Amino acid sequence: MNLDPQGLFRDDSDSDDEFVQEKEKDTSKEMVVYLIDASPKMFDLVGNDEDKSQTYFHAAISSISQSLKTQIIGKSYDEVAICFFNTKEKKNLQDLNGVFVFNVNDREYLDQPTAKLIKEFSCIEGTFMSNIGSQYGIIPGSRENSLYSALWVAQALLRKGSPKYVSKRILIFTNEDNPFGNITGAAKTDMIRTTVQRAYDAQEMGILIEILPLSIPDEPFNVSHFYADLIGLEGDEVAQFLPSAVERLEDMTDQLTKRIFKKRIVRTISFSIAKSINIEVNTYALIRPALPGSVTWLDSVTNHSLKAERSFICADTGALVHEPPKRFHPYKNENVKFSLDELSEIKRISNGHLCLLGFKPLDLLKDYHNLKPSTFVFPTDETIIGSTQIFIALHRSMLQLKRFALAFYGGSANPRLVALVAQDEVISSSGQVEPPGMHMIYLPFSDDIRHVEELQTTADADVPHATDDQIKKASVLMKRMELKDFSVCQFANPALQRHYGILQALALGEDEMPDIKDETLPDEDGMARPTIVNALEDFKIAVYGENHDLEEVSSKKSSNTDASRKRKAVVEAAVESAANHDWADLADNGKLKDLTVPELKNYLTAHNIPVTGKKEALISRILTHLGR
Amino acid sequence: MARSKEALVLLLDVGPSMHSILPEVEKLCTMLVQKKLMFNKNHEVGVVLFGTEETKNELEKEVGGYENVFVLRDIKVVDADVVDILHNIPRGKFPGDFMDAIVVGIDMLIKKFGDTNKGKQCLCLVTNAQYPIKDPYEGTKEDQVDKISSNMKAHGIKFDCVVIRENPVRSAGKSVIDENDHLLNQFSKNTISKIVHVDNPLALVGALRTRSISPVTVFRGDLELGSTMKIKVWVYKKTSEEKFPALKKYSDKAPSSDKYATHEVKVDFEYKSKEDPDKVVPPEQRIKGYRYGPQVIPISSAEWDSVKLKPDKGVKLLGFTDSSNIKRHYYMKDVYTFIPEPGNRKAIVAVSAIARAMKELNKVAILRCVWRQGQGSVVIGILSPNVSCMDNIPDSFYFNILPFAEDVREFQFPSFSRFPAAWLPNAHQQEAADNFVRMLDLAPSDREEMLKPEFTPNPVLERFYRYLDLKSKQPDASVPPLDSTLKRMIEPDTDLPSKDKSAIDNFHSHFELKENPKKKKPTTLAWNEKPSLTDNEAGADGRTSDIQRNLIQDSSVVKVEKIGDSNPIQDFEAMMARRDNPKWIMKAIQGMRAYINDLLENSYRGDTFPKAIECLAALRKGCILEQEPKEFNRFLFHLYDKWKTSDLLEFFKILPSKNVTLITKTEAADSDVTEEEAKNFPLKPEPSS
Repeated sequence: MNLDPQGLFRDDSDSDDEFVQEKEKDTSKEMVVYLIDASPKMFDLVGNDEDKSQTYFHAAISSISQSLKTQIIGKSYDEVAICFFNTKEKKNLQDLNGVFVFNVNDREYLDQPTAKLIKEFSCIEGTFMSNIGSQYGIIPGSRENSLYSALWVAQALLRKGSPKYVSKRILIFTNEDNPFGNITGAAKTDMIRTTVQRAYDAQEMGILIEILPLSIPDEPFNVSHFYADLIGLEGDEVAQFLPSAVERLEDMTDQLTKRIFKKRIVRTISFSIAKSINIEVNTYALIRPALPGSVTWLDSVTNHSLKAERSFICADTGALVHEPPKRFHPYKNENVKFSLDELSEIKRISNGHLCLLGFKPLDLLKDYHNLKPSTFVFPTDETIIGSTQIFIALHRSMLQLKRFALAFYGGSANPRLVALVAQDEVISSSGQVEPPGMHMIYLPFSDDIRHVEELQTTADADVPHATDDQIKKASVLMKRMELKDFSVCQFANPALQRHYGILQALALGEDEMPDIKDETLPDEDGMARPTIVNALEDFKIAVYGENHDLEEVSSKKSSNTDASRKRKAVVEAAVESAANHDWADLADNGKLKDLTVPELKNYLTAHNIPVTGKKEALISRILTHLGR
Repeated sequence: MARSKEALVLLLDVGPSMHSILPEVEKLCTMLVQKKLMFNKNHEVGVVLFGTEETKNELEKEVGGYENVFVLRDIKVVDADVVDILHNIPRGKFPGDFMDAIVVGIDMLIKKFGDTNKGKQCLCLVTNAQYPIKDPYEGTKEDQVDKISSNMKAHGIKFDCVVIRENPVRSAGKSVIDENDHLLNQFSKNTISKIVHVDNPLALVGALRTRSISPVTVFRGDLELGSTMKIKVWVYKKTSEEKFPALKKYSDKAPSSDKYATHEVKVDFEYKSKEDPDKVVPPEQRIKGYRYGPQVIPISSAEWDSVKLKPDKGVKLLGFTDSSNIKRHYYMKDVYTFIPEPGNRKAIVAVSAIARAMKELNKVAILRCVWRQGQGSVVIGILSPNVSCMDNIPDSFYFNILPFAEDVREFQFPSFSRFPAAWLPNAHQQEAADNFVRMLDLAPSDREEMLKPEFTPNPVLERFYRYLDLKSKQPDASVPPLDSTLKRMIEPDTDLPSKDKSAIDNFHSHFELKENPKKKKPTTLAWNEKPSLTDNEAGADGRTSDIQRNLIQDSSVVKVEKIGDSNPIQDFEAMMARRDNPKWIMKAIQGMRAYINDLLENSYRGDTFPKAIECLAALRKGCILEQEPKEFNRFLFHLYDKWKTSDLLEFFKILPSKNVTLITKTEAADSDVTEEEAKNFPLKPEPSS
């Protein structure tokens, strides 16, 4: 069964199962309720620049719609609900004021995201004021408490599904750090108490409440006013909670998007540093190739999905075999049989721990020491206290001494030598760029490395190398063609974008296929700048000589004539031998199948038709050509 | 096919100084031959030993000399015998002369193939090159090497050499060794040869590529620097994982008398509709569906082909950037190498100029590649220089694929500096760590780099091939343990020099690890102590650490730390009874409450009610015993509040009949619920907060 028949996204190397499907430690399905504050304060402008400034509300909406788009691609089984509070209109099952659950047709409130939901949600801002409206929900003198109601609604939405199998979260987007600020006296304490109690109740049901504060430097978001109590932060945690204030709205959107997704731990593993020093670390998959969803086979008549049934048939007798317990490999003219237990025993060579072997200078980690995407390692004190301390000490030493750790990582599937490269934290204006921790790089074994360069070894020591002048010209070129602000992964994958663009258009029933820009093409205009053109030309003359193009043309001509002469001869021969048969007659009498493949190919070559494929394909091609 | 018919002559030094390492040589050679048996069945192999007592070679008969060189096997197609021969290489008693062996090897190849088969013949020499070679009859040793190598060149013979020396050489033998190394290196000047030095058995086992794979280009064409400037390059894979061999499924249906039975199993797929499981849908009626959210979108291959991305084949330069801009951990896949088109001097110079300039300025290039026409996807990657250190190998590039925006998950992690001080190492600890990192150096300046990926064999494959051979002789043999030489790469060296040991001990004494009492001990830790895997745990040295003892101690009695599904009431009682920390009581109560909540939440027509009532009764009892009536009463009110409007109301109606109601003042002094109120619950609830 070919799941990706076009081979679209798999190169020659198909990734291990281990790397495509992450083994998730905790519950794999997730339910999220986005609670978005829609109070007038959210519609304040961020930043001072009048033309470019946008509202806080916009930042929240765009980061949510961005994450929905990611979600529909990657984790479409997760369920989401979108819920505004501090609204004029109300829409919720409990019929509470100031809470509006946003939804589209054919979808429950809490359900998988659909193409329609994403489309309508991303353009909600235009109609928000007229359809839903914004107003403060907590005002003095009234018993209304929109935050309480919102939590209630969210909690009710998350009632389905057992917390054992589903992880449930409520994400609150707000820029109001003190929602009960304008209330005083007993009413205030009462409201705070009931709201916090509501949150505790939700947490008791296994619902995680997180707050995504939108804050700017002028008005930092202070969690300790109210939200620390709500989400149950204590002592140190309040300080650790990092609503880093940002200058620009794009950065805010960026930061929100990063925080919307839950960190998923791939595995918790034991890292043995030396005899009897075993610390614990969590591993995370920060970089994994995104693949398009798998193909489901459908019945083209009913569009219902089909079930694939696999059966094993004995090649000798044709009898049906149940899943055969043994495997074999031919060796020395006989079949050596293995049981599945024996095979897994062979592969089990270590205990699944990460085992430190020693340290090496960073420059010994070569560019070709790579096989698959790296895994991020971060310490945890959850079961073994002191793990973080040892990890940080090693991390700092490795950074300072410029070394990487060599370790053996032996899962049952594919044990390997790995390099652990310490990465210091990198922070930019938009928040954390590189988290602190170590990256585990999977190293090849001797049999995985090919010495291709050596194929080109010539017996005479006569290989030209560049002269200093040529190198200098290349350096100039390099400076001219410097990519400004290049960052890894700034490009979207054009094939994937196209894939999902088409699916989205089809899902929404649109006729127009979207035109997706391929960002990966070189910048033609930039390349045409005279400085670059000149540098290129200089370099070209330096390495190729003045008359390179002319030489190319003439050499091409000669090789061309050679090849074309040969091809011509082949065609002539084919025409000649094809003339031996009366093709129309053969075709009419169904006698084409009596001819041999080379004979059929003669006809095809003579008429300049492709000659690939099986015999049936050749015959059908001939028939088509003859017009039958 | 002629192309696959390679011939190899192994030249093995079996002189006395090699004896200690010969078991590893045997392993290396059998592995090599075994793989040929499996993957290259028509390759030919000959084996020549030198340093033997006996002498057996044609040159000796023809021209004399060449003593102590023994042809163990003539050049023949690989078979099972050669594996057995190499399993047991006879040891020799004489210092071997590798130069004689080389000449014998060349003579064998020339006699067998003459002028044919050029470029597919190879000599492979394994020696420690510790003994001086004999002086030639005329000219110097250097002249001799020149003569031999021109002969090799004329016949297209390649030369691989592994020089193994475990210990640093004593000064007495130094001059001999230097001379020998010099002579061997001279080969590489004008023949296609490769000389590898290794200094430990593990590296020896990995020193030869045991499987020959004829490389295939991924791409041949232009590296486009711009529309006018192009360089002709060939692209190959530089690394590619050698997978565990794909084994076939075995069918025992064929009668044992059938000699020609293949025993193979064919796999057949049938697609059936879910509604009607008996109906098989024929292939032409199937259509592919792609999942998009909850929808599955049907689209035919033809339709898909007409709309999908169709980039043009080509490798285009986007620009250059600082190498520090691209972190090592972004490399995504196996690595490619770009080499200039062979024989194209212009291309060789152009690649060389760019590679050297890159290296000088610490720059890398960013490329966009589409390897084949009609490929449907593009890759972005980083081109880094590989400046050749050999005169006769042209400069080239490495190419690593970088992730696209979709491939990266930007999780946020707390800064280390934000951690509480107790989690951060102090100055002494940091110093101990620095020392530790310095001491456990795998690439000391006075030795070869240890565990170099190039020389490290895959232990699983090694084990598989060994087992395969074993099983072919004894079909019921059990899986052999991992080779002791290869253990070195799985566990740290056990016999370290004492200075290293002290660094570890010092590191050890500065840090303390203990189990988090809040958490149950994970099963993985228990694993750790498996004797087969860590055989040196039991008091091998005096200070088997406190840490370990700590871990063991804590885990010796498995204490209940949370309410499980199988025995919730017992778990609860066990937790309530724990006296090591008062907070267990609160934990138990909280755990039980959550558990009851779950039960009720998941109830279907009251199926969980009996269990919930039992649990509630247990909780009630516990709360009375521990004088925590309020906890229980509050919980009961809370439950009632939450579900009074739902169909769970039934549940509350059963409660009084089971004597499960609020805890009264008489039962626990702290309660402020009267008998009356308790009796009326849940009919007239009066929250007493």
